Amino acid sequence: MIKNISNLGDAALYCDFGNEVKKSINSKVIKYFKTIKEKKFEGINNLTPSYNKLIISYDLKKTNFKEVKKFIENINIDDSEKTNSKKLEIPVCCHENFSLDIKRLVEILKLSREKILENFLNKEYFCYMTGFIAGMPFLGDLDENMRAQRLETPRVKVPKGSVALTEQFANIYTFESPGGWNILGNTPLNVFDSSKEDKPNLINPGDTVIFKEITLDQYKNFNE
Amino acid sequence: MSNNYFDIIRPGINTTFQDKGRDHLYHIGIPFSGAMDNRNYLIANKLVNNKLDSAVIEFAYQGPHLKYSGERINFAVTGDVIFSIKKKDTEIEGNCYQSYQIENGDEINIVSTNKSVYGYLALGGELDLKFQWNSCSINTKANIGSNDGKKLDLGQRINLKKINSIKDIKKTNYINTKIENIRVIKGTNFDYFSEEGKKIFYEKEFIVSKLSDRMGMRLEGPKIENIVNTNIKSEGLIKGVIQVPADGNPIIMLSDHGTVGGYPKIGAVASADYDRLVQMAPGSKIKFKEINLSDAETLFKLYEMETQNFLSQI
Repeated sequence: MIKNISNLGDAALYCDFGNEVKKSINSKVIKYFKTIKEKKFEGINNLTPSYNKLIISYDLKKTNFKEVKKFIENINIDDSEKTNSKKLEIPVCCHENFSLDIKRLVEILKLSREKILENFLNKEYFCYMTGFIAGMPFLGDLDENMRAQRLETPRVKVPKGSVALTEQFANIYTFESPGGWNILGNTPLNVFDSSKEDKPNLINPGDTVIFKEITLDQYKNFNE
Repeated sequence: MSNNYFDIIRPGINTTFQDKGRDHLYHIGIPFSGAMDNRNYLIANKLVNNKLDSAVIEFAYQGPHLKYSGERINFAVTGDVIFSIKKKDTEIEGNCYQSYQIENGDEINIVSTNKSVYGYLALGGELDLKFQWNSCSINTKANIGSNDGKKLDLGQRINLKKINSIKDIKKTNYINTKIENIRVIKGTNFDYFSEEGKKIFYEKEFIVSKLSDRMGMRLEGPKIENIVNTNIKSEGLIKGVIQVPADGNPIIMLSDHGTVGGYPKIGAVASADYDRLVQMAPGSKIKFKEINLSDAETLFKLYEMETQNFLSQI
């Protein structure tokens, strides 16, 4: 199922599952990720699943490329469909206080604000991966007519909770950070919580997410 | 409340608590962190009889000025650092790679790093710090780790839980070596770049930019031309990876890097050269030399043996 294994630097394996961004390919990446994680191979210190790649990094003091590659090549992946993925509803407020790039989106997508929200909300999105910043979920796929490029100049500060779009993906900024995605709204939900060490991420790879609109009042009262 | 503590008279520019870092968290978006220059971190702990994975104070450029209250304690500074120790009426210049003993009322003033970036202050004892995922390392971007994930600030106190009972003075002759070339292994998107671009990467000099921090080191110099695509679908990164965004200027991922990235990867720095890479201050000239995987593995083994040797001599 892995098309090719090569090295990324001298302390990581680069497992290539193909070039397309597809749920079927990503599900394989996630299956490998979960299986390898459970095996606790001595020396592997990180696994990073993404759309169609899996990076396995290791401690060069404990193991090396050859050993980890052999281990990965001989691993048996359970191909059954069972996964313990969750379905989550994420409240999002798209009031003008929060939808910082709505004008830009209206212009680029040539759709009205109402149509953009209708296309975006109440649909199931698949979580391909989390990362870049802690807990940020990469969700997809957006409808064909909802795909906009990144901002030409990224923002220095994107507010925490921002729900934003780029190409076929949506994400949530889990804390204030620089970023170049088109901001459509904001969720009052804490998507990343570092005090929960065993489960800091609300959304994990393989989960399904549906955005539900809330009003500004509901947003303000959400955490009370 | 602790009876042994340091008051921060001046925090320094980027002063944090660091240890060995945290692993098994890339998949949720949390980087390794930990001391940038691992060898100097280990030596600092050894000089004060600490366990090698103990927390230390890492500083960049200008370090902290601290005033001590409590019973006698040893400390040591590693790196290429200018600092002084103030005892009652005398102030002496300190030497790196040597432990010193201070007592109630004494001050440590870490003025600056010299033609380098990071230095380490190890205290002979155990700092009273919060751990997250088995590490106290501060990641200021995600606000993870001790001190609420923030760098140290004026007026704060650094508390000690315990002071080591063995207080012999130790010294070593370690010298921070500089290397001419940073050795790299070809990246997974090497073919995205033009023949000219590849040549530039290995043959020309780059300058370390001011826009460098614990997340990444930006380089300036001749542009590296991309002939395939300036974006890839985001995928995992590790420290040392060299990405080249559309503007043609390379960025090297450092210990607090974003866990995924969407720029093509032209190369990755050999693990053996990482400690020396992070010490290259803005304005430094940097040149890359290509090596293969097996050479990189051998070089790391040698580097690691050398580190263990230095430690065993202390």
